[in-house]
Amino acid sequence: VVAGRAAARASGKPSVFQNISLLVQAPVLNIQLLLDGLCIGATFALAAYGLALVWGVMNVKNLAQGDFVMMGGYIAVALAKAGVHPILALPIAIVGMFVFGLVVYRLVISYVIDRDLFTSLLATFGLAIVIAQGLNLIFGPEVRTADSGLDILSLFGGLVTIAEIKLASLGLAAGFAVIVILYMKRSRMGQAIRATAQDARAARLMGIDTDRVYAFTFALNAAICGASGVLISMIWVIQPFFGITYSIRSFVIVTAAGFGNLPGVIISGFGLGLAEQYAGFVLGAEFQQATVVALLVLVLIWRQIEQARHRQAVR
Amino acid sequence: VAFAFAGPASSKVDGDTIILGSAISLTGKYSSNGVNAQNGYDFAVKKINDMGGVKVGGKTYKLKVVYYDDESTPARGAQLAERLIQQDGVKFMLGPYSSGLTKAIAPVTEKYKIPMVEAEGAARSLFTQGYKYIFAVLSTSEQYLASSIALAAEMAEKEGKKPSDVRVAMVFENDPFSLDVRAGVVDDAKKYGMKIVLDDKMPRDLSDISATLTKVKALKPDLLVVSGHEKGATTAARQIMEMKVDVPMIAMTHCESGKIVQQFGKATESILCPTQWAETLTYKGKTFGSAGDYDKAFKAAYPSYKTVPYQTAQASAAVLVWKDAFERANSFDTDKLRDALAATQLDTFYGHMKFSPAGNGIGKPMVLRQIQDGKYVVVAPTKFASAKLVYPRNAEQ
Repeated sequence: VVAGRAAARASGKPSVFQNISLLVQAPVLNIQLLLDGLCIGATFALAAYGLALVWGVMNVKNLAQGDFVMMGGYIAVALAKAGVHPILALPIAIVGMFVFGLVVYRLVISYVIDRDLFTSLLATFGLAIVIAQGLNLIFGPEVRTADSGLDILSLFGGLVTIAEIKLASLGLAAGFAVIVILYMKRSRMGQAIRATAQDARAARLMGIDTDRVYAFTFALNAAICGASGVLISMIWVIQPFFGITYSIRSFVIVTAAGFGNLPGVIISGFGLGLAEQYAGFVLGAEFQQATVVALLVLVLIWRQIEQARHRQAVR
Repeated sequence: VAFAFAGPASSKVDGDTIILGSAISLTGKYSSNGVNAQNGYDFAVKKINDMGGVKVGGKTYKLKVVYYDDESTPARGAQLAERLIQQDGVKFMLGPYSSGLTKAIAPVTEKYKIPMVEAEGAARSLFTQGYKYIFAVLSTSEQYLASSIALAAEMAEKEGKKPSDVRVAMVFENDPFSLDVRAGVVDDAKKYGMKIVLDDKMPRDLSDISATLTKVKALKPDLLVVSGHEKGATTAARQIMEMKVDVPMIAMTHCESGKIVQQFGKATESILCPTQWAETLTYKGKTFGSAGDYDKAFKAAYPSYKTVPYQTAQASAAVLVWKDAFERANSFDTDKLRDALAATQLDTFYGHMKFSPAGNGIGKPMVLRQIQDGKYVVVAPTKFASAKLVYPRNAEQ
């Protein structure tokens, strides 16, 4: 490998500057990166939104988030095998995962919700392992995709291409997000969820059945993950053990957005998608995720400084 | 107590049965190929037993394999190797599935000086540790895609260009196996003086290389090589299709196990894929006959297989190597067996079996197949080719 590196250097290893100059010479490449980044960011934002919801309302940090996403993906793959178009699998996955979320809440989460942080982390970590191994037992460890059968759009003489399914996913993710946000604002249950998030004890005093709110919130999160998984199975690939990646991404997005900042989650989801694409292009694929985590660190430092300034002002 | 003492001491050879041991991935992420390998071991064991077994010291013995499930985790694999050797008294090992598991088990077999014939660990780094008791029937990973470089050079010359004009784009996963594959490509590209225009390494848990492929489209290389296990093959095939990446020659590993033809059909036409073995090769051996005979017999015994994965074929070859070594050593002494293994010269349906002093297989080449009309046909090396290379690619866009 060392010899290999030396050889690569000798034959002119492609550099960051060359990559940037490519972007300058052919600016349409930016469009490709932007499109890919937005489409990918949309699916990230969905799963992260669900995580933010559960985190904010129930104070449960769900480590099985990514595994819920994979479950949604496998629902699409299984239905596609049975002849159902994966886009039609979306509502089925949403309902199926909602029910699954309710069951998991009753069996596991309801027992750990009042415990300390580590109990709920352990419980959801265990859940993640069970789901991943279960998917592996049922579907095997092969990498799977669901074929949407949609075409590919070519722009600028083929220099920019975008799979229609990616655009469709962007639309579906946005539509679904709007429905969820409206539901949270307008419906009684949405109001109850927000009230519980603000102060669970006060909500209980006002006659809100917080246990039901928790169950619903957790199920809603599972449904959102399911939707995200269906989209991911159509635009990328799924495998029983890929869940952890989506869990980590969700945590990064929610942390970057700031606690309780739901619109921020969507923005940072898109930001993450774009950052990954540009980092992959300019620095190389090996820095794609490192860049994202580095950005998170910068955001946290910046927020720390802001808070310190705020504290001084208050003092 | 007597039984407890007798157990380990005699169980390497139990009556008229020689006991081989293997920790293999029957569950977890390697379970499909783990089972493929196990079926290969079992199929060869049955065939050898049906043909009369193994002759050692004028007596015939049957073969039997003791398996444990390593759950696809290296730590478990190493534990189970200890258990096989220490508790079960196994003195003759068959390898696990994957380089990672083999790497975990090799130090254990070395420690106890137990010879291991392995069929599924190709990483170069397995054979740079000075191990003395490991023998691999397969070609090592740095050979996987190196032949595509020679092929690209050949095509350049045909077009009246110099091999050094060839521009290579490389996308490799950032793991030991894929980086070994990369090292082989880089060495050969350097030999020809080719220019590497792209050298991206995809992280293990990334299933998106669209940014990298955007660069490929802008750079217009003559050859694109990709290696990143099944996920890499599936991701690359999908995104090459979606992004209409038009490169005259594309080579990638794990095409078959990544099921790219089944999933992406015509978009995968003309992609080159290396393989350890193919049923169309002209190899021949005593036990199974030709590669084609093995293919037929295996499918008859295991009807659920539509094609025989090379992982299965090489597992069978490992058992043949053991049989040959027992008969030449004419002994169950592990050191004599080690020396017999080191001196192996055996023709099999899987190719000629011969080991370098480091233990890696050097008797057979890696072959390169091309997807033509949805089928994998051998195009290189020319000696074994059953079809002509299609160049440049004619993938349906």
